[in-house]
Order: sequence, then structure tokens, then C-alpha cells
Amino acid sequence: MKKKQKKSEVDYPTTGHEWDGIREYDKPMPRWWLNTLYMCIVWAIGYTIAYPAWPLINGATPGLLGWSSRADVAAEIAKVNEQNAEISAKLLATPMAEIGSDAELANFAKAGGAAVFRTYCAQCHGEGADGGGQGTGYPSLQDDDWLWGGESDTIHTTITHGIRYESDDDTRFSEMPKFGEILEEEEITSIANFVRSLSNLEHDAALAETGKELFADNCAACHGDTGTGDREQGAPNLTDAIWLYGKDLDTITKTITYARFGVMPAWTGRISDAQIKQVAFYVHELGGGE
Amino acid sequence: MSNDPHEQHRLFEYAEPVFPQRVKGPFRSLKWWLMGLMLLVYYITPWIRWDRGASLPDQAVLIDLANARFYFFWIEIWPHEFYFIAGLLIMAGLGLFLFTSALGRVWCGYACPQTVWTDLFILVERWIEGDRNARIRLLRAPWSFDKWRKRITKWVIWFLIGVATGGAWVFYFADAPTLMVELFTGQAAFVAYATIVVMAVITFVFGGFMREQICTYMCPWPRIQAAMMDEHSLTVSYREWRGEPRGKPGKAEGDCIDCMACVNVCPQGIDIREGQQVECITCALCIDACDAMMEKIGKPRGLIDYVALVDAEAEAKGGKHMSVWKHILRPRNLVYVVLWALIGVAMLVMLFVRSDFGVSVRPDRNPRFVTLSSGDIRNTYDLRLSNQTGETRVFHLSVKADDPLRLDLQGQSDLNIEVPANKTIHKRVYLLAKPDYSAAHSASTPVRFWIEDVETHDKTNVDTIFAGDAE
Repeated sequence: MKKKQKKSEVDYPTTGHEWDGIREYDKPMPRWWLNTLYMCIVWAIGYTIAYPAWPLINGATPGLLGWSSRADVAAEIAKVNEQNAEISAKLLATPMAEIGSDAELANFAKAGGAAVFRTYCAQCHGEGADGGGQGTGYPSLQDDDWLWGGESDTIHTTITHGIRYESDDDTRFSEMPKFGEILEEEEITSIANFVRSLSNLEHDAALAETGKELFADNCAACHGDTGTGDREQGAPNLTDAIWLYGKDLDTITKTITYARFGVMPAWTGRISDAQIKQVAFYVHELGGGE
Repeated sequence: MSNDPHEQHRLFEYAEPVFPQRVKGPFRSLKWWLMGLMLLVYYITPWIRWDRGASLPDQAVLIDLANARFYFFWIEIWPHEFYFIAGLLIMAGLGLFLFTSALGRVWCGYACPQTVWTDLFILVERWIEGDRNARIRLLRAPWSFDKWRKRITKWVIWFLIGVATGGAWVFYFADAPTLMVELFTGQAAFVAYATIVVMAVITFVFGGFMREQICTYMCPWPRIQAAMMDEHSLTVSYREWRGEPRGKPGKAEGDCIDCMACVNVCPQGIDIREGQQVECITCALCIDACDAMMEKIGKPRGLIDYVALVDAEAEAKGGKHMSVWKHILRPRNLVYVVLWALIGVAMLVMLFVRSDFGVSVRPDRNPRFVTLSSGDIRNTYDLRLSNQTGETRVFHLSVKADDPLRLDLQGQSDLNIEVPANKTIHKRVYLLAKPDYSAAHSASTPVRFWIEDVETHDKTNVDTIFAGDAE
């Protein structure tokens, strides 16, 4: 063994840096520490060979192990699909109205439906499913007013085939005439005043009286004698507090003059049948379902 | 030496092997007892049972990661109560400040797992290969059958201790008796085996080979502690004024006979006579070694002793040292104790007043409200109810506001919510305001939800708001 020398007496070199009279020793590292560094270098080289690493013009070196993050994601997705295969099959076999009575199935449908909704539906109906508020032209799915019906089965049909979506033969279709081509301007104003009177909004009583007759002749066939609408034809209820395009006189006049044709795509074929069922259930459970 | 600081630069320094010699004395005995106690606590704790009812685990201390629960005897901590853990960590931190300020690196010397396991490993080493001199001889001896036999026996025992260390660790995360059977029948989770292997290897390498290198180079605590100690901290020191000049008895004036006993027993491989050093873990074994030697040669004990810096200076000038209690009961330490106790008391109070069910009501803000066909304004709330007991409970929900708002629960006609034991459930809650209520037309109206256990009538409330159509 070498002769013990008092450590403080060993004259270590310093780095040459000095702060307030404090100098920094340039002491050697322990050997194991240096070896750890060498091992890390070897590991890093091995890593770049085994895994994708070196950038090339089109992508990177693939690595001997053939690992890729996309394959990892695909495997994860496949795994989740496999895990959900059984409950998905059960969902497909269960009628819409009975999903709610099976807690596990309801949970699965609601969670999956929320994801589907955010991905495919939120663009028009809004993240919160309220259509972005009243008067936007996108129906709120949170309220209790439904153009084509609010039972879970009806909602399922609407999502499956869409609305006025011409490439689907079973799509829901109705067309309000452009009354600007049929009636005089004053007549339309009268009808608009009558429509406002239906839900007790401010209106001109005299015009509304004239409008009442015109309404019975031109509008009642679809919207009903009392203006409560007809879900068979997707004719809106004009007596309630909900206005898809707006309730002020101008907007109503415009609606009658030019008519409105909201379109929703048919989702069958775009997303899976199980996803359609999930999102239908989710929408039904938002608070307005019947 | 040259003026160029890099001329003599070496890339690395060999680790000098350390062969701590066996030592007897009060500090060594205390350390044996502490080691035994701590190992006992570590190995026994997961096996203590604690009855919590049928649906909850009966292990007294359990970190249930899968279900996100922490059990400690009568205490059950849910993730949202993590501040209890944070509080415990703060208390542990303050405790370390206190002990370091009062007694220097007492944690390092007595309680640190690195010290405890290294002690255990050195015990095994000494048992198989003999004491210091025998071990030095064995190191230098050529690789004979006998050397291989001793080395391999030692390594195997070390590794088994490592396996037992990792083996005990995993029991804190799962039901110990079940996991024990699973481990031996090969049915335990992969992560359990992996943890044991990793822990075993770390224990084997750290306790068997790295030892003082961990403390000197890897652990940040020595550096942090250096900033926490002051001139009143008691720490292991050599009374230089008494020992120097050292030499053979009768030939030198100092009491130190340069017998190297303090150096030979040191597990860190340092010489305490060089003063306080970053390597020193204050295990006090050099005190035992030196005291034994002083007794043999008829000199007073305490040449190496727990001494505060102010005392060392006073004694060197011929003065007297202060009482130990004066060092320990100084204001700085008392402040640590008071802070520590305050946090402890606060946590105990919180623990006893905390409700055994948790409620959160979050108003849906997208949309803020929904207008219904009747003109009613509806608000939606996301209600979360946690039942932190072992039995199913039923809660009744009610609401208090200036207007008689209607309360509905999604998908049910009554207002009772059943929450299974140890579960959290989510409910969509609706509040409806008729068009003629003021709440329907003001941007924000305060409302208070009451949640009451229908059996015990324990209740709690949550304040939130009702958003109306203010346009």
C-alpha cells in the first residue's frame, strides 16, 4: 500500500476559476464513475443500432429491432379493440332503449359516445352539444326540443342516415317551400307576426290576425293547425321557446321567404355501427332524451 | 508543482478498498440495536393485519397502486388527500433539518439504509472472511480454491439478503400472504419479480461493492447537510489540542499514540484526525475504537468524541465546553421542533375532522345553461360522490336557493344516490328555473347543494352557482 498522505496536503490542481477567494479543485473522478460514462457511450451506440436513430433524407434508420412508435400505437389500439370486442358485440345486440338498464353497457356507450361526439359531431353541434347557443342553425342536443324525435331509436336513425343527405337513400328529408316565390312580402310579414304570437313574443296584433289565415292556408299542412310542428316531417314546433335560426321578426321573415335546409351527413359507413349506437346513447343522455 | 493546473491531471482515481475492523463499544452496540430494530420494522410491517371490513384489504400498511389507495392502520388516504403524504414529507424534511442541526449527520451514521445494509454486509463479510487483517490478506492472496469458496459464499449470502430486501419491498404494494404464495408458485405479476431483481441487484452492488462511494460521490445529502450544520452542531471530532503532537506513549506529548485504531474501524476509509470531512458519516465507531485504546493506556476517554465546533475552539484555548443541552436546546432547533409539531398537529386535526365521504359539484360551463322548450332555464352539474367507508351508503341530494329550483338526477326519478363501498360515482345533476324566477335571468345566482347520508344523517354542503340567460 502506498504511504498515507494527509488528504489536505495533496496539492490538487484547480480549474483556475476563483469566486470570492474560493477556488475549484480539479479532482479526478472515481474510476467506477468514468467506467459508467464509457458504459453509457457503448449503450448509446447499441441503442442507435437497435432503435430508429440516424436521420436520413426520408425518415430515419429503422433500427435492427424494427420498433416504431406507430406500430406501438396500432398495437395499443388493437389491444383495446380486442378488450372491447365482447362488450361491443353486446352493445350491437342490445336494442337502443335497453342500453340504459345495463350499467356496464351504459357506461361503455356513454364514454365511447363522448369520444365519438367530440371527434365527429362537435364541429357543428359544439363541444357542449348545445349547437353553439340559440339561433346558430345547429340544433342544441341538450334541450328537450327535437325536430325528428328524441327517443333513443329515433336519434339513432337520424345519426345513421343523416338529414337531407342525398347520397343516403334513407336520409331524413323535408323541404319547406321558398314562400318568397309564392306570397307577397306583406303576407310574409303577417305570417311572421302570427308565428311570433304563437309563443307569446311581441307582435303586431292586426298583422298577426291576417297572418293567422295565411298560416292555416300555407303552413299548417306541415307545422300543424296550432303550429306545434310535425316530427314525421321534421317540421319544427313554432310554439316553444326554442328557435333554431332566431326569433326576431327579421330572421323569421327571412326563414319564410327563403326557407332553410340544414344538412347533416349520414354516419353509417363512416364510423362503426357500435360507434353510432354509442353516440346516439350519449346524445340521448345529455338531458333532453325522451 | 507546475503552474499549469492541468499538467498533472488524472482521468480517474482508484477507489481504495476499505476493510473496517471489528469494534466494540457503546456506539457499536447502539448501532446493532438500531439496525436490528429497523430491519425488523422493515420486514414485519407488511405482515401486520388490520381488519377494515369485508370489502377492504386487511393489511395494516398497504400502498394499493391499482386502486389508488394508501392504507396505514386506521388511516385510509385517497389520491385527493395526497396533502397528507406531502405533510408527512415536509415533517420528514423538518425532522432531518432538526437532527442535522443538533447532531450533525446522525441520519447518515445510524439510520440511512445505505449504512444499515452496508453494516449488515460487512457483518457477513467478517463472518466468512475474517476480520480486517484476514481480509487484507485474502485480497492479496492468489485465486485459490479457498479464496473462491469464501468469495462465492459471501456473494451468495449478499445476494440472498438483496433478494430478501426486494422481496420485502413488494409486500408493501400487495396483500403479503397472497403475494408470498404467488411468488413461490410463479403466479405473481411480472412487475413484482422485476422489482425484486432490481432491488436485489442494487442492494448487492451498493452494500457489497459501492459502500462509501455512494455516500461520498452519489448522495447529495452530505453536501446539503454541510449547509445545515453550524458551530453548535454536535459532530464526531478529534480533540486535536489534546492529541497532538501524536506519537508512541512516552515519546510524544499528545495523547494520540497513532495506533490507527480510528482509521482501521472507519467504514468510510478516512482519518478523523484530519478534521471534519465530507466523507464522514458520523457513525461514531472511531469513538468506540479510540475510547477502548485510551482506557488501555490509562488516559481519559473522549480523545475522539461528539464535540461542537465552538467547544473545540474553547477547549483548545483552555476554556470549558458548554453543556450538551445548551447546544441541543438552542433557538434554531426549537424553531424546527415547533414547526414540526405545528404541521403534525394540523395534520392530526385534519385527519380527525375529515369527512368519510367526499363531494364535488362542478357546474357544466359548456353550455352554461340550456333553454328548454317551455322557456325553463336548465343548468347541468357534474356531481362526484366518494364513499370512503367499507359499507354501501345512500345519500340524499337537495338544493337550497332563493328560488324554488327543481332538482333532477339524470336517469332517475328520486334524489337518492347509492354509492358502493370505497367507490366514487359520477352523476349528472340538473337544476331547472322557471322563466319567471329571477335566477333564470341573472348571470349568476348562488346555490347550495346539500348531501346527506340517509342513515347517519351526516351531511355536507357545496356552494356553487346557477347561470341564467342574462341577455
